[in-house]
Amino acid sequence: MKGLFYSQKAAPYLFILPFILTFGIFWAFPLGRSIVMSGQNILPGQTENVGFDNYTRLFHDRLFWLAMTNSLRYTLLTLVLLIPIPLVLAVLVNSKIGSPKIKGFFKSAMFIPALTSVVVAGIVFRLMFSESDTSLMNQIVSFFGFGPVKWLKNDLTGLAALLVVAMWRWTGVNMMYFLAGLQAIAPEFYEAARIDGASRWQQFRYVTLPQLRPTITYVLTISVYGGMAMFLESFMLYNGNNSPQNIGLTIVGYLYRQGVEKNDLGYASAVGVVLLVVILAINLTQLFFSGMFKKENR
Amino acid sequence: MTKVKEPKEKVQGSPAGRIGLFVSFAIVAALALIPFWAMLVGTFQDGDMLIRYGLNLGIDPSTAHVHNWVMLFTDSGPYFRWFANSLVLTVVQVVGTLLISSFVAYGFAMYDFKFKSFLFILVLVLMTIPFEMLMLPLYIQVNTMGMADNYAAILLPFLAQASTIFFFRQFMVGLPKEILEAGRVDGVSEFGIFFRLIMPLLKPAMAAMAILNGMASWNNFLWPLLVLRSPDKYTLPIGLNTLMTPYGNNYSLLIVGSFFSLIPILLLFLAFQRFFVEGMTAGAVKG
Repeated sequence: MKGLFYSQKAAPYLFILPFILTFGIFWAFPLGRSIVMSGQNILPGQTENVGFDNYTRLFHDRLFWLAMTNSLRYTLLTLVLLIPIPLVLAVLVNSKIGSPKIKGFFKSAMFIPALTSVVVAGIVFRLMFSESDTSLMNQIVSFFGFGPVKWLKNDLTGLAALLVVAMWRWTGVNMMYFLAGLQAIAPEFYEAARIDGASRWQQFRYVTLPQLRPTITYVLTISVYGGMAMFLESFMLYNGNNSPQNIGLTIVGYLYRQGVEKNDLGYASAVGVVLLVVILAINLTQLFFSGMFKKENR
Repeated sequence: MTKVKEPKEKVQGSPAGRIGLFVSFAIVAALALIPFWAMLVGTFQDGDMLIRYGLNLGIDPSTAHVHNWVMLFTDSGPYFRWFANSLVLTVVQVVGTLLISSFVAYGFAMYDFKFKSFLFILVLVLMTIPFEMLMLPLYIQVNTMGMADNYAAILLPFLAQASTIFFFRQFMVGLPKEILEAGRVDGVSEFGIFFRLIMPLLKPAMAAMAILNGMASWNNFLWPLLVLRSPDKYTLPIGLNTLMTPYGNNYSLLIVGSFFSLIPILLLFLAFQRFFVEGMTAGAVKG
């Protein structure tokens, strides 16, 4: 037994054993079961194989497509908002202009929203987006001369509310990722660029952006994941999984409705498998294009 | 070669640029902090008023009162039970995840072995599989393992956590391998090398991961919502969510309880934040 602890051959396997066990028991096995269940009609006490019926049903399910559209457009908009803005903020924080103290305070202030749970954030924003003309958001629109808005009853204003919550909670987090990436860039690159007479913009375009690509890839990956799997923000903002005309319904919300609320596990599994395929397709494509796997193989 | 001293470390930029930067930082920081102000103001108002009028930044001194705060500390029912449950779960989860995930990461970072690339790709793939997709089969799984309504079900699946493993691995790849050799020469076992020589070097990475995992655990909602059945096991987010019904003085407790729930995680963040960016940088995704 003592030899085992000194063996360089056995050690790595013992080190990664917890991962293998976790992966097998809690991920691979349920994943396999999920795929099997997606081909079944599961009723209490009896289960029948129905082949691809759940998928056919899904294909003709108007609500599923609504949920898919909602999730996709939310994801797309979060990418548009939550990558460039935090990137610019990180570049500003990382620049040599301004006092480090103020920047330190700014960094902390930006990160603090991420510390709130989705429950607390949902409660606060639900009350700030209240229909009453005294709610904060309606005070703001009335300042610009508009009447009170029923934020959470209309499609586009509901989407706006979700995006505001996402931006509030995640701008600081993404900024931190970018900041970490920026600080890992060797200063020599900028010196060389300055010697070559590169302007600020050219330095950003030809040094910062290429050097930051792994970080951008990473943030993109987790953002696609976060966007496509979004559910709780909507769940909290609408105080449950039922929004008016399902304007806040997302894929995971639909999975939750079918699997937990209606207890139709087979159909819910099919929703889950489609979600997985969509996310993997998006992320694996962009990981391959960024050469991520090749580098990890080294 | 004499090193040319650069006149750098001082504050740079034109005054106009500095003021512009300061103003934009101030505006963005204010946007980030406004909801907290709104919440604080809300804790001095009746829950019924909040439901009817929503939240804003102003406060009417004639109706403001501290009853909600008094209620929180004298008559908040199970609130502090939820609080204690969340605290215990978060501490166990963070300590466990940091230990086990860094342990696994060490295997990936310092050794070469069969199937290493394949297994590491599994780690990467796992990072992109949404937990939400697996929650139902995982729920069935923990039920068949007899862990229904049990904290073990909340903890165990997430101790060897893909993103934390990945982060530690990135951090450790940057450590000098000579440490291992030195340890082996001194007759330290492979695990002794990890626990006694490597672990102390992981401080910044541990701090960064303590914050991120602490946040995730303290705020964890969906999975405990599925797993937990008995009200006496509820965590804070689940308990607070049960208050989102307009009965009695639920909303009064909801707003003050929400505000109070921020305190532990804020303390954790403030305690570790000076290591945070350093740790994130060291473990950052490298090209």
